[in-house]
Amino acid sequence: MIRDGLAMTLKVMCGCHARGLEHIIGDAPRLYFANHTSNLDAVVVWSSLPRGCRRRCRVLAAGDYWQRGPVRRLLAERAFRAILFDREHVTKQKNPVRAICACLGAGESVIMFPEGTRGEGAELGPLRPGLWHIARRLTDVDLVPVWIENLSRVLPKGEVLPVPMVVATTFGPPIRLFSDEGKAVFLDRATTALRELRSVGP
Amino acid sequence: MNDPSMVTLLAVVFGALVLGSIAAAIVARTARSDRGRSMARNLAARMRSWWIMAGVFVASVLIGGVGTIVLFAASSFLAFREFITLTPTRRGDHRALFWAFFFVIPIQYLLVAQERYGLFSIFIPVYAFILIPARIAAAGETESFLERTSKIQWGLLSCVYFVSHVPAILTLDIPGSETSNAALLFFLVLIVQLNDVFQYIVGSLFGRRPLAPRVSPNKTIEGMIGGLVGSVAVGAAMSTVTPFGVAGAAGLAAAIAVMGVLGDLTMSAVKRDLGVKDYSDLIPGHGGVLDRLDSLTFAAPVFFHLTRYFYSGDGMTAIV
Repeated sequence: MIRDGLAMTLKVMCGCHARGLEHIIGDAPRLYFANHTSNLDAVVVWSSLPRGCRRRCRVLAAGDYWQRGPVRRLLAERAFRAILFDREHVTKQKNPVRAICACLGAGESVIMFPEGTRGEGAELGPLRPGLWHIARRLTDVDLVPVWIENLSRVLPKGEVLPVPMVVATTFGPPIRLFSDEGKAVFLDRATTALRELRSVGP
Repeated sequence: MNDPSMVTLLAVVFGALVLGSIAAAIVARTARSDRGRSMARNLAARMRSWWIMAGVFVASVLIGGVGTIVLFAASSFLAFREFITLTPTRRGDHRALFWAFFFVIPIQYLLVAQERYGLFSIFIPVYAFILIPARIAAAGETESFLERTSKIQWGLLSCVYFVSHVPAILTLDIPGSETSNAALLFFLVLIVQLNDVFQYIVGSLFGRRPLAPRVSPNKTIEGMIGGLVGSVAVGAAMSTVTPFGVAGAAGLAAAIAVMGVLGDLTMSAVKRDLGVKDYSDLIPGHGGVLDRLDSLTFAAPVFFHLTRYFYSGDGMTAIV
């Protein structure tokens, strides 16, 4: 109920027009990695997924943001079942890569933002190595690039009140780590996979 | 629903939709070339969207005043959202845009609901056009200030102010009229849309001389004349559902047709300037909400004011 209502509200506010959904057919767990432009990113990617996929998909999110206030906590826990992690104290035992791998191993998909932090508008920042660590551990999981367009204009950094815009999320063809592919090469390829989605569509 | 003119109008709409669907089916059957088949697919998608749009429109008119106002408020919201999405805005515009979406649009339609003609007709040109530039100036970003404010103002004018004149027709007071104002609203929307269809048909059959090739390559002078003739004929034939009489209905239909072309052409020029073909792809086969409303933007306020001036009690006292 909460979930479908939330997805509907977002569609009214920002259209949440999804393209390239043909790349996510089948039940296998996937890792969606997207550009990070706004606090609403996770919710928007999650809302663009087909209903069935949405139910089996969790979001990797910063605990310090999503545990502040009852509304955010409710949304994070009940709606998109966030995998919260502590940005300040990442240890070998408590780190997002482990949490994501556990989730994917349990058959659930995950949405993550490999830039780690929000960029200012349309430019893609450098990807953190987390994505590579996951790709290396789970070589048989599809990594689906997702480009979010316009969302930084709905809720720019530092603003509280949203402005409606037609937001487009574009899903691209999945990538996987090639055997003996290095970290830098792989992250470059992932960056290109994201950037290429920018020009797709009308 | 005991208004006989509404029954006539519904019959006309239903007949037009059935005719269109039959035509689309014939095109789909006879299409041989790749181009023909893709045109048939587009036509089929268009007709499906037409049925849905007509259904929503008819339902909202039958619900009555509130239904119609809500429908056009939602259309304004979606159209303005499309326009702003395509318009380059800067961080400094954010708060002003928030006010435009969540204050100006609701207030404008609230004024329609409250039938406050005086404030309704000046709220956006005076107050919103003070609020928006002042808020942007207060945000302190001066880079291309004039372009940014005028674009947002144009969006409010065309998507909100002009479109809000459609439900405002319901508030007109026409003495001695035996038909409901809902029938007049229906008359306007029907003529605008049929004018588009006539233009398209006559233009693709006989179109030779382009009207404004750089702005809208598919528009021809022949199509425009065909649309005008068709609209006037339909308008005159439908005069019984209006208080205008045959000549008056034909004249208003002609005004609607001309304004339809000008609105369509202007909104196409805006699209060219923004560098897009359609405002969005929300309505399959048609483009965005604004692609469907474009010919209504100029026709609505002109039809509203002509009717008010020549037929309403308020207009008459204004002349005397």
